Amino acid sequence: MTLPRITRRTALAGLAGSLSLPAIHSASAQGAPIKVGVLHSLTGTMAISETALRDTVLMMVEKANSAGGIAGRRVEAVVVDPASNWPLFAEKARELLAVHKVDVTFGCWTSVSRKSVLPVFEELNGLLFYPVQYEGEEESRNIFYTGAAPNQQAIPAVEYLMGADGGEAKRIVLLGTDYVYPRTTNRILRGFLNSKGITDADIMEEYTPFGHSDWQGIVSRVKTFASQGKKTAIVSTINGDANVPFYRELGNQGIKAEDIPCVAFSVGEEELAGIDTKPLVGHLAAWNYFMSVDAPANREFISDWHTFIRNPRRVTNDPMEATLVGFKMWAQAVAQAGTTAVDAVRTAVIGQKVAAPCGFTLEMLPNHHLTKPVMIGEIQENGQFNIVWRTPAPVPAENWSRYIPENANRRR
Amino acid sequence: MIARLLAVLLFCALAASARAQTRFEELVPRLGAGFGPAAEAVQALGAQGDPRALPILRALSDGRLLRNAEGRVILDGRDAATGEAIPAEGASRINLNNRLRVVLRGAIGRLALSSPNAAERRAAADAVFRTRSAENVPLLEDALSNESIPEIRALMELALGASRLLVDDVTVQRAGIIVLGGAGTPEARALLLEARAAKPELAPDIDAAVATIDRRLAIRRAFETVFQGLSLGSVLLLAALGLAITFGVMGVINMAHGEMVMIGAYTTFMVQEALRHTAWAGWSLPLSVPAAFIVTALVGVVLERCLIRHLYGRPLETLLLTFGIGMMLQQAVRLIFGAQNREVLSPAWMQGTLLLPGGLPVTANRLWIIVFGLAVLAVTMLAIRFTRFGLEMRAVVQNRRIAATMGIRTGWVDAATFAFGSGLAGLAGVALSQIDNVSPNLGTGYIIDSFMVVVFGGVGSLVGTLVGALTLGLVNKLLEPYAGAVLAKVAVLVGIMLFIQRRPKGLFALKGRAAE
Repeated sequence: MTLPRITRRTALAGLAGSLSLPAIHSASAQGAPIKVGVLHSLTGTMAISETALRDTVLMMVEKANSAGGIAGRRVEAVVVDPASNWPLFAEKARELLAVHKVDVTFGCWTSVSRKSVLPVFEELNGLLFYPVQYEGEEESRNIFYTGAAPNQQAIPAVEYLMGADGGEAKRIVLLGTDYVYPRTTNRILRGFLNSKGITDADIMEEYTPFGHSDWQGIVSRVKTFASQGKKTAIVSTINGDANVPFYRELGNQGIKAEDIPCVAFSVGEEELAGIDTKPLVGHLAAWNYFMSVDAPANREFISDWHTFIRNPRRVTNDPMEATLVGFKMWAQAVAQAGTTAVDAVRTAVIGQKVAAPCGFTLEMLPNHHLTKPVMIGEIQENGQFNIVWRTPAPVPAENWSRYIPENANRRR
Repeated sequence: MIARLLAVLLFCALAASARAQTRFEELVPRLGAGFGPAAEAVQALGAQGDPRALPILRALSDGRLLRNAEGRVILDGRDAATGEAIPAEGASRINLNNRLRVVLRGAIGRLALSSPNAAERRAAADAVFRTRSAENVPLLEDALSNESIPEIRALMELALGASRLLVDDVTVQRAGIIVLGGAGTPEARALLLEARAAKPELAPDIDAAVATIDRRLAIRRAFETVFQGLSLGSVLLLAALGLAITFGVMGVINMAHGEMVMIGAYTTFMVQEALRHTAWAGWSLPLSVPAAFIVTALVGVVLERCLIRHLYGRPLETLLLTFGIGMMLQQAVRLIFGAQNREVLSPAWMQGTLLLPGGLPVTANRLWIIVFGLAVLAVTMLAIRFTRFGLEMRAVVQNRRIAATMGIRTGWVDAATFAFGSGLAGLAGVALSQIDNVSPNLGTGYIIDSFMVVVFGGVGSLVGTLVGALTLGLVNKLLEPYAGAVLAKVAVLVGIMLFIQRRPKGLFALKGRAAE
């Protein structure tokens, strides 16, 4: 056994190694990128809506990096494709948290996908920002909901229809796609309408499968329902591309917005991009943001988006804005907490304020939901919305609706 | 004394006209002052009956009316109120909301009732019908006395009836009720029920009129259900026809059939884009028919020659292979065209509602698709029955070896048959582009239905496919009002399962040696 001979060369190398070691170590602590998971369907039925949200997150990541990263660290996006397959959402969420060890995830569109990943995020203590309006009746310490709760979208929209500007509707048709969001929202709306003196005889409720394309029967039944001598309006929670044939049938059967207005909760600029909008002029949508909002933050958002996507004809919409707001709040919280540790960031996110593209400053509430302004827009010929009504100030979210009896007392 | 009185009267008249004058100039700028004031101004302009208001209101309705920073309303580079030329720079379009649109429709209707243009008078009569008011009665009576075209007279009488319902005089109202009762439309029914709620003493008359309307509406509804059933049936027929050839005749379980439909729809989109700015733009849909057939038939030939022919007689492998091809085609289209839906425009003759004799409304696009579906079926049957290709195809199906000994190149017949079936799927894509979304997933929604139709109708029988498609369409639409769209589909599926248990070969089973 021979001891290694200490030569001048090895001594120098050892010295250099011991000197440079702490430097390397601190550089890696600073340089280890923050990992941002993106959990949106890039294939399948929901790809139409969710692809733009993936691009929004990528745009925000690029923007954060060009501004020197978050808290001095580079941001890196990890994109996975759950393929519009609800159980696969849970698997991909687990992959993001356990294999890629992401610090935060932005993702999901349909409520059923969110319900599928919720236990995974709670079990592995992840952090999910969910950017779409939904039915409420949920609260998780691991999820931040940056879309609207029912009191920030559905209820004000129906109130508008019943008011003078909306045409004083006395009979309401609730049309929806057959899954959890429309059914819960319509249950809340039925409770609300009943409380306003509209009886069940004046409410028609129908559901159709995802991707339904034959609307003839339903639209002619709506016409019959409307011939009872009371002003009628349609409240649509139809999701995805089933909206296109629905609106086409409305147009073909001659239902004009002046006679039977239709307000939709899931139709935005992106969905209108595939429709000839001329027959739809005057039909409504309720959101918390429209691309047509005239605000400096919105102009910046649109120009950033067009630069990033390299196509000046692409539109922005409400869930994209909610994604942007969520990302900014998370980035501010990380900067404030000085770490990406989930528990520290979670407490720091609450109370964050962001001057959002909708033209208002939004705040994250302790119930993990936002304050949001409510806007009602009419469809215009160019596929954009003309804002005809908006709340003067942001409305705080009530995720537990007062119109669902068993949850009413859970409100804070 | 009298002279003095006259002078006072004259003065009053002048003052009144002067006031009307200033009112017009005052009212016009209010059109740009927000939805509420604008609605009032529109109403006032319509009530005054000043012909100068008509072009302004029309411009407002078409979105051509502008408003500048000083609050002046501009039409075609001139101040709408004064006619003074002002630059339109910095001016923005005046937006409408639904309340304003309703009022605007009524006001334009009132002003246009006496228009020299017949089409304008017709639109005006309809508008006045929808926005009836008691003040319209003398206006309509006046317009009726000058009207000579019977169709417009009927519309005006209907509008008069609707407005008479609002006059506070029971005999006038009764006259209105009789006119509306005779109209027999859901709109008239709604007006009558509205009047009934307001005036209980008219209830017996109104109930009688509503009962007449309801009888007519019941007939209309029955007709509508049958039409909708036929329409759904024709869509199923189109989607299934290609499969009736590839699966029914050749026995290839072609899971990529839906993607052929989708490629046909995308071809329609491509033809539309290629012709968009040319003189042929209006012909893009008819031209898509041959284009889609050729494109999908070519894709079919390539698939058959390169892949499917190696797996004849191995149904399970064919199923997996075609399923995989379907997914690849979907993703390929998604990569080329993007995940977004593509917009295929409907030509004017495929939009809106047509009135059949007897006042029965049918939507134009559905009617054309029924016609198209039947035409495609007829051509297919003729091709199989009377052409040399059809003869060879039948020969190969019945006995491949004897057909081969007779000098038929069976391999090429297989390729041609598969191409023909794929081409038919492409034609279905052209039709579906008019009623469904042109998206990469278009086909997946129809593949199950297509197999259902072919199996139910009887594998290998085109008549079976026709009867199967129409039966499924009708049953679906008959069940829908009672069970809802989701349960109706489930019920139809259960019904087919039970039926197949009893008759595994479907409605029109092939008999004899050809069945094997």
